[in-house]
Amino acid sequence: MITTYREAVRAALREALESDPRVFLMGEDVGRYGGAFAVSLGLLEEFGPERVRDTPLSESAFVGAGIGAALAGLRPIVEVMTINFSLLALDQVVNNAAALRYMSGGQFSVPLVVRMATGGGRQLAAQHAHSLEVWYAHVPGIKAVAPATVADARGMLLSALKDPDPVFVFEHATLYPLEGELEENGLPLGRAAVRRGGTDVSLVTYGGSLWKTIDAADQLAGEGVDAEVIDLRSLRPLDLETILQSLAKTHRVVVVDEGWRTGSLAGEVGMQISEQGFDLLDWPPQRVCSVEVPMPYAKHLEDAALPSAERIAAVVREMLA
Amino acid sequence: MAEFVMPALGADMSAGTLLGWRKRPGDTVARGDIIADVHTDKADVEVEVFTSGVVEKLLVGPGEKVPVGTPLAVILEDGKAAPVLPPSVAVEAAHILASPSAKALAAELGVDLASVRGSGPKGRIQRRDVEQAAKAAGPPPAPPAPAPRPAPAPVEPEGAEAAMRRAIAAAMARSKREIPHFYLSETIDLSRTMGWLAQENLARPVQDRLLHGVLLLKAVALGLREVPELNATWQGEEVVPSDAIHLGVAIFLRGGGLVAPALHDADGQTLNELMRSFRDLVSRARAGRLRSSEMTDPTITVTSLGERGTESVSPIIFPPQVAIIGFGRLVERPWVSEGQILPCPLVTATLAADHRVTDGHRAAAFLTAVSRLLQEPEGL
Amino acid sequence: MSVREAAEAATSERKHALAQLKEMLRIRRFEEKAAELYSLGKIRGFLHLYIGEEAVAVGAMPALSEDDRIVATYRDHGHALARGLPPGALMAEMFGKASGCSRGRGGSMHFFDSSRRFYGGYAIVGGGLPIAVGLALADALQGKASITACFFGDGAVVEGEFHESMNLAALWKLPLLFLYENNLYAMGTGIERSQAQLDMELRARGYGVPAQAVDGMDVVAVEEATRRGAEAVRSGGGPQLVEFKTYRFRAHSMADPDLYRSKDEIEQWKLRDPIVFFEARLREKRLLDDASLAEVEAEVAAELDAAVAFAEAAPWEPLEDLERDVYTPAR
Repeated sequence: MITTYREAVRAALREALESDPRVFLMGEDVGRYGGAFAVSLGLLEEFGPERVRDTPLSESAFVGAGIGAALAGLRPIVEVMTINFSLLALDQVVNNAAALRYMSGGQFSVPLVVRMATGGGRQLAAQHAHSLEVWYAHVPGIKAVAPATVADARGMLLSALKDPDPVFVFEHATLYPLEGELEENGLPLGRAAVRRGGTDVSLVTYGGSLWKTIDAADQLAGEGVDAEVIDLRSLRPLDLETILQSLAKTHRVVVVDEGWRTGSLAGEVGMQISEQGFDLLDWPPQRVCSVEVPMPYAKHLEDAALPSAERIAAVVREMLA
Repeated sequence: MAEFVMPALGADMSAGTLLGWRKRPGDTVARGDIIADVHTDKADVEVEVFTSGVVEKLLVGPGEKVPVGTPLAVILEDGKAAPVLPPSVAVEAAHILASPSAKALAAELGVDLASVRGSGPKGRIQRRDVEQAAKAAGPPPAPPAPAPRPAPAPVEPEGAEAAMRRAIAAAMARSKREIPHFYLSETIDLSRTMGWLAQENLARPVQDRLLHGVLLLKAVALGLREVPELNATWQGEEVVPSDAIHLGVAIFLRGGGLVAPALHDADGQTLNELMRSFRDLVSRARAGRLRSSEMTDPTITVTSLGERGTESVSPIIFPPQVAIIGFGRLVERPWVSEGQILPCPLVTATLAADHRVTDGHRAAAFLTAVSRLLQEPEGL
Repeated sequence: MSVREAAEAATSERKHALAQLKEMLRIRRFEEKAAELYSLGKIRGFLHLYIGEEAVAVGAMPALSEDDRIVATYRDHGHALARGLPPGALMAEMFGKASGCSRGRGGSMHFFDSSRRFYGGYAIVGGGLPIAVGLALADALQGKASITACFFGDGAVVEGEFHESMNLAALWKLPLLFLYENNLYAMGTGIERSQAQLDMELRARGYGVPAQAVDGMDVVAVEEATRRGAEAVRSGGGPQLVEFKTYRFRAHSMADPDLYRSKDEIEQWKLRDPIVFFEARLREKRLLDDASLAEVEAEVAAELDAAVAFAEAAPWEPLEDLERDVYTPAR
């Protein structure tokens, strides 16, 4: 059945709240407002204020509270409105959520799910356009995933809820109206997916950049270049295996990542490819990332700063010249 | 072999764009034929070729803009044969840029990276370049236009040794077929030489000791100064003498096969230098790390079967050289020396020379010179 | 009350009192031992001693049941011991051994014990407060009777986390007992240089959280106040805050040269040593004499020796296990 990404997330939330009394949703404006992105619309009415809990603007406290509640046996889903505000809760994430199991010698698990909207492209300027997923992917003890399709918006959230460890789910804000099929894909949480098969170049990406990458692949197809598109789905752990299998066919790779170039997840992927797939490479690994500027407001500037299908296609053309 | 380069079609032209080729690999061209169309800032121009021969390889594709002087194609000139290059010895030039995947593929297909032109940035060799080269490779390059061309062998990846054998076989057959060989031999008394060598080596640590073969090489090099017509190459219809004496040293590879890379300017090197150069050549030859210049530079070749060889050897000339010297193994035989029959260390030197280029007289003069030089080893 | 009841009450009062004295002594001797072992290099990293503050942990713990949840700070030895974590396991933890309460992974600042609902041990000032909120939230959502007690110091009350946690706990009426150990100094910064409003009762009232302040050097007062606070929380009225005015006799940590306090001030406070004070009180009531004190000291000394021996003999976690428990193993 065709639905939107937003509705797919809502469907997962509803299913979880219905089937497991330990699950509750907590975050800013998730209840009465219906969710800043309308994801949780109607859920307060259905499940009541204990299970769909509006929080004050206290990111550190309510993310920490999510950790505490998870320690005590519940399955909280904490919604941080956007990754931009999550910075206020980083201490709880890095020093508590990620470390509690290890630091206590394995005595506790923290089965917490934190969802947040991420990314730029809506002219919201420097403080509301971050793609800092790589900071989360950097930390051992947590998991980080980026559903990019309608099916994954539902499926990955449900998988995350089954995970005994903290899982951070990054929903690119531009994906909420995306329409697609809600079918099960059955992929495990940590596995990447080949969205489009090809033989000339591997385009590796995640989240909001997936659709630009597919656009670029379509453009290139018209020029006789057959690009394979890989959706990482999971940022930590990273499925290098799928990338290497692709590289064995194509020998060329471009990583598309909305984060800033320096210290990007694309850099990590490129390095892993160099380490494990050196002999498969016919060209140095390439990346298309955001230009290193605080995100500007003006549309033409923002568009130029973000990865685009044109930039991706141009990089591929250079590699095949 | 000649290169057709991007011509300067005007004083202020720095680069041109190849629009298209009028000839393809395998086509015969005569001097003055239009070979390509080139676009410059001022106009589109038909470009003529200045050498006659057969187009061997196109290096630049249509639409590519290259600076003036950039090689655009390789043409095998009439009467000229490409140098003998065992194609499957992994000859690596000092800085061959090739992607890791291309290197792996080249090894797999038995393609010599030194012979591949890279289409990537900085001339980096990519997979497609190796694939192209593998398709174009096969039997050794075609002989000059008038001679019948052997049918190209089917292109398939083959082992390094098999390909080398084929290359050697073809070269040797052609050499014997085309070059009128004649042979002269001289048995040389090495008593003085070996005596001197023993003394020399006594004073040296083991790793610095000289082999007698190096003395033979030096004597050959110096001998060629006296009979320079043997230090030349046959190009088309004429002999081209060489100023420099680059001795090709035949090195037999483990597992079979032969390479004869150059000891450059052998006549100018001291015995120590020659010893070191020789050692270095042998180890690199066996490791497959010779440079392409070493393969194409010899002006004459010296071969020796060493300890396990026969007393004499009658070698075949490596074209386009015009002579080759073979040394048999060092033997002790009864010899008349100062009226007495004594056991002496002897070596038999056999010169094979191209009769188009020289005659018995001159050849004999060379061998005599070599023998004489060896009697004064301290002068080597 | 009948004579018998009075006698029983007296006995249990005596038992309880002696137990509390022993508890405080155990902590005191443990901390002294830890300081010694630290200077010998057996204990590394940071070591924050609880000497002088024993009355708070020992007085507060009896007010909390085994189902209640405890969150402490990096200065957690006293709380852990008072909660019943074995001294051997704590010593071994500080030695970094695999038999430590946190398997040697945490050290002095990160004592954890899931079986005793002891949720750490936090090195980030104020970092445990949101977790305490979450623990209390879980109990509230599940309709459980247990409460969460969160210990924190004067450094934490000026962190954002404190403000957010107080507000959230009060807003949601969570069963959370805020136990404020005010020892007047956040490392080298005294409260008068850190808090614009020194009156915590006033501040707490601002959040809608009832608060009381007591003498933290008096174990009986501490127990009374904590029981009052815990009762109020259990009754469902939302969070309560209890401030304990206390003092640490030693520096912030073993690394601290303690340049920011006057010797006089420290000596003044030492005159109010909670153990000495309680001993005197017990002697007054004829609940303690030299012999019984000596007995208690001897028992404590023996326990401590055993604890150190246990720690010395305990194994190191094998290197191959370095990456174990970063994630929960799949079942």
